[in-house]
This record gives sequence, structure tokens and C-alpha cells, in this order.
Amino acid sequence: MMNSDSVKLSKNLLRMKFMQRGLDAETKKQLEEDEKRIISDEHWYLDLPELKTKENLIIEEKSFVPCEELKYGRISFKGFNPEVEKLMLLMNPKDETEKEEEDLRRMQTDVTDEEMALRYENLVGSMKKKFAKKRERAATEKEDVNQNVVEMNTKRAFLKPQD
Amino acid sequence: MFSSLKDKVGQVLLPGDEFSFDTEDTISLTTPVKPEKVVCGPGLRRSGTDCRCVKAASCDTKLPTFCTHNTQHQRHYVPVKGETVIGIVTVKSGDIFKVDFGGSEQASLSYLAFEGATKRNRPNVQVGDLVFAQFVVANKDMEPELVCVDSGGRANGMGVFGGGGLLFTVSLGLVRRLLSPQSDLMQDLQKLFPCELVVGMNGRLWVRSSSTQRTLIIANLLQSCETMTAPQRKALFARVAEGTL
Repeated sequence: MMNSDSVKLSKNLLRMKFMQRGLDAETKKQLEEDEKRIISDEHWYLDLPELKTKENLIIEEKSFVPCEELKYGRISFKGFNPEVEKLMLLMNPKDETEKEEEDLRRMQTDVTDEEMALRYENLVGSMKKKFAKKRERAATEKEDVNQNVVEMNTKRAFLKPQD
Repeated sequence: MFSSLKDKVGQVLLPGDEFSFDTEDTISLTTPVKPEKVVCGPGLRRSGTDCRCVKAASCDTKLPTFCTHNTQHQRHYVPVKGETVIGIVTVKSGDIFKVDFGGSEQASLSYLAFEGATKRNRPNVQVGDLVFAQFVVANKDMEPELVCVDSGGRANGMGVFGGGGLLFTVSLGLVRRLLSPQSDLMQDLQKLFPCELVVGMNGRLWVRSSSTQRTLIIANLLQSCETMTAPQRKALFARVAEGTL
């Protein structure tokens, strides 16, 4: 039992936390590094040189459709089937000239600045009317076509009924 | 870079001819070298970094695409993913339809692959119906699959069609000629009577016009266009337009 003077402690025991409290910081770091080295040695890795995949510049395309820019399969002539004609416009790849014409058309239907200013003027007037009191509204509606404002007594006094 | 293939445009290539795309050609030091992508179309296949010819035909190009094709007389269709074809429904079993498109085997079409189809709301497809569908799976190892919707769930004109009209087969070359962007054939057809066509990439055409006689005329015209030269065709179309045929 007590053959040796000092009890030989195992490595695992020495590695336990309560045994390391007495050690210096340096020895602690050493022990940690040793452990890490052992663990990383156990990881497997391939001992091959790095192979780079060459960027392949050739793309294979098995279909004719993109190669020759073939059109859509459903076709209608002279308005025989209007739904198919709509589909044709949607599905067929658009030409560049057609796109420009579309842009021009869209510009014409856009509202110009002048029109916008006129509309805004009218808008202000109509909004004012909306919040005006009933009597004021009645007064403003009696304007002439020639824009001659007829002056009126806006205030109506009580008329006594005649016998 | 692909000067070797560019040189061959217009010439006849035979299966086994190889073209390499190495960057060993003279590189100018002033301009930045940007490797250009080359697209190998039908008839050419990639082997490693080279491009090999698979079909004997003349080389055609629309840069950056090269292809060799001679489908002038080819009538047998090989399914390709993304192409739209006309198929005939042969079997209606459970959840899928079997569709014959003229290939080596029949394609399957799921009943959910129609616009607005749900488990409760099944599409109205019967055996013998004509469908205009596109391939979603088409390779030599698996059974081809068709769908009648695009990736967004919209039909885009695909689905069951028919009700009158005539279905007939032509060679694949004629189909390509019909659908190419500047097609004389299409322009000639436009000037004739009002009609409706559905063109499948598998060489099948469906025509419908206002009367049976007109439908037959158009079908015969298209079938004869395969073997006619351009002037002959124009003469024939002119005769039809006059009404003497």
C-alpha cells in the first residue's frame, strides 16, 4: 500500500480543474496548447495538392430554340383567334424598334406639366367648395357664364308672413 | 480564341472533328483579356475543354453560338428540356396522363400541371386530346415529363387545344424554318386566309381555318413546302391567293 513515498497521480487527474488551481498561468497555457495539438493531430486531412477547376468556357445547349431565337409555337393570322394573337404579342421576343415605338406612345399619354398645373388649380377650387358652408356654396354657384358675379345679400332676414 | 471554329462556319463538319479553345492564341498586351464564352448548340458536344462535332452537317453560327444541324429531313424527335411540343393523350391513369409526342417513349403529364388545377379541381382532359406542353425533364436516362404551366404557374397558351382542325407531321427542318424570326414562309402564310396554327417542335403541326377546304389547303401547302424552292413556293402561294387552286 504505502510502497512509494509519493502517490503517482495519473495525467487525467492532473488535468482536472481543482489540481490546476495551484499552477501558474504559463503552465496552464502550455497544457492547453498540448491538448489542442493532440486533438488537431487526430483530425484527418487529405494530403493532396490543391486542384483548381478550370473555368470552362464552353456551354452546351441542346435545344434549337435559343440558338436561332425561334418564335412562340401558337400562331394566328388575320385575327382568327384573338386570344392567340394576344399571346403572340406577349410571348414573342420583342424587337428593338417595337420597344422604341412603345416608349413614344407612352410619352404622349403622359400628362404634360401645363395640364398638371391646370388640374391643380381646379383641384384647389373644388376642395374649397367641399368644405364651404352651405350658404356660401349657394352664393358661388350663381356665377354667370361670363364670370360676372352677381352681388347678392347673402344674409337673409326673417320675413314676416303677411296676413 | 475560337477562331478555329469561326473559320469552319459554312463548311461541312463530320462527327469526330475537334475544336479546342485554348488561350494560347496571341493575346494582345494592351487590351484586357476576357475569356469569351462559347455556346455549343445542337450537333456539337463538349469533351473536356474541346468541342466535338457529333452530327455531320454544315456549321452554322449566330455568335456566340455555334451549331451544326441538318434537320432538313429528320423526322424523329429527341426530347429536349424546355421545348414545346404537341402531344396526344393516350392513357389516363390515376394521377398522370401518358402523352405520345412521337419520341421513343411516351411522356408523362401530371394532372396538377395545368393552370388552376388542384386535387379537387381536375383538368378536363380526355384520351385522344391534343395538348401543347413543354418538357420539364428530358434526358436519356429518365422518362420524359411534360407540363402545361410555366414556372410561375401560368398557362401561357399551353394546355388542351383542338376542336376542329387538322394535325399532321412534317420534318423538323420545316418547323425551324417556320418559327425562325425572319421567315419568308410565315410572311407568305400571313397573306392568305385567316387561320390558326399550333407548331410543335416535334414536327407536328395543327391547322384550323374557317372551312374544311381551307384547312386542307393550308395543310397541303405546308407539307409541300418541304420540297420546294423559294420561287416555286411563292408561285404556288400566289395561285392559292388568287383562288385558282
